[in-house]
Amino acid sequence: MKLGVLFSGGKDSTYAAWLAKKEGYEISCLISLWSKNKDSFMFHTPAIELTKKQAGLMRVPLIIQETNGEKEEELKDLEKAIKKAIREFKIDGVVTGAVESVYQSTRIQKICNKLGIECFNPLWQKNQIEILKDLIKDKFEVIISGVAAYPFDRKWIGRKIDKKFVEEISRLQEKYKINPAGEGGEFESLVVNCPLFKKRLDVKLKNVFGEKNSWRGEFE
Amino acid sequence: MILIINICKEKFHYYEFVKPVEDILKNKGVKFFTKNYRDVAENDLKKAEKIIICGTSLKDFEYFNNLNKFAWLKTFEKPVLGICAGMQIIGLVYGGKMKRKTEIGFFIEDFREEFLGTIGKHEVYHLHNNFIDFKRLKEFKIVCFGDSVSQAVKYKNMYGVLFHPEVRNKKLIEEFCNGKFN
Repeated sequence: MKLGVLFSGGKDSTYAAWLAKKEGYEISCLISLWSKNKDSFMFHTPAIELTKKQAGLMRVPLIIQETNGEKEEELKDLEKAIKKAIREFKIDGVVTGAVESVYQSTRIQKICNKLGIECFNPLWQKNQIEILKDLIKDKFEVIISGVAAYPFDRKWIGRKIDKKFVEEISRLQEKYKINPAGEGGEFESLVVNCPLFKKRLDVKLKNVFGEKNSWRGEFE
Repeated sequence: MILIINICKEKFHYYEFVKPVEDILKNKGVKFFTKNYRDVAENDLKKAEKIIICGTSLKDFEYFNNLNKFAWLKTFEKPVLGICAGMQIIGLVYGGKMKRKTEIGFFIEDFREEFLGTIGKHEVYHLHNNFIDFKRLKEFKIVCFGDSVSQAVKYKNMYGVLFHPEVRNKKLIEEFCNGKFN
């Protein structure tokens, strides 16, 4: 079965892609939505342009679909991109990195159902601490590319997800009830290396923009 | 020991439809073993104290062509919980007819009486293209009926829910696992 992965370059979609490959499925293409609206309900936005480089490191074709990122309207762009993947790469299904978000998963399920293809959500309902631990165990090098909730600040940008990170985020989960894998939009991530990449993504944190508890990194 | 039955045609769907149910049992310290529906043997049915038949994807109807693999449901007396397609399998084995109805996402359903610890209005997660018309199956009691569809049914120790309790109604699964049945 040929699959297209809805790919943001963050930990969840990349890990979902890796699980697909591990289970013996062919990843025919990556599908990336580049939103002009940084506060899109559907799509991850920090460092999204790096998906080009990541796809190159994975040796997998990338479909880029620009979107204004306006609520519900952005779904038309998503459908357009999936249709393109069906047409050009003959995919039979889509893989997403959805964990808890019924908002996102429901909309993707509806589009796949309409287009007559399968929808795979291999991280669905997975314990968020377990996700972080699995990333470390499976040699994913992931850094934080954006934060958007208390008590995060600019110091978190560029930080690596490692054992210490998991310990700290577990404490914050207990104290502030945050989602430890950032599923509620608390933070966004960037995969700089993983078993799918031929070599490490060469990036440097160039700038950090934001205020209070909302910051995003600019990478080069 | 609970037997979890995986009915997914695609092995990659295990993560979405079976693992979340396994995780609920693990978290509660409930012992279980998981089998694909094609591999369930007589001995597995003997060993199992209860059985959960998980759901599958919107496009997966392979089980529909292999209903003979579930013929044991007709005589099985220990508790069974069918989730979504699992509920549809129970209905089909008892002679029910499949009808078309797509429901995807959150819906509010009203449980008119207690059903595995659940009563009153609850938000549930739906993911199905079909349902079974349980009104025609006289053995089954319809405990929850919403939008012209049987959402939760019961017959002796057999329970079926059209929604996915592993998403927002985990307590229902816990109640099934820990509850005492006649």
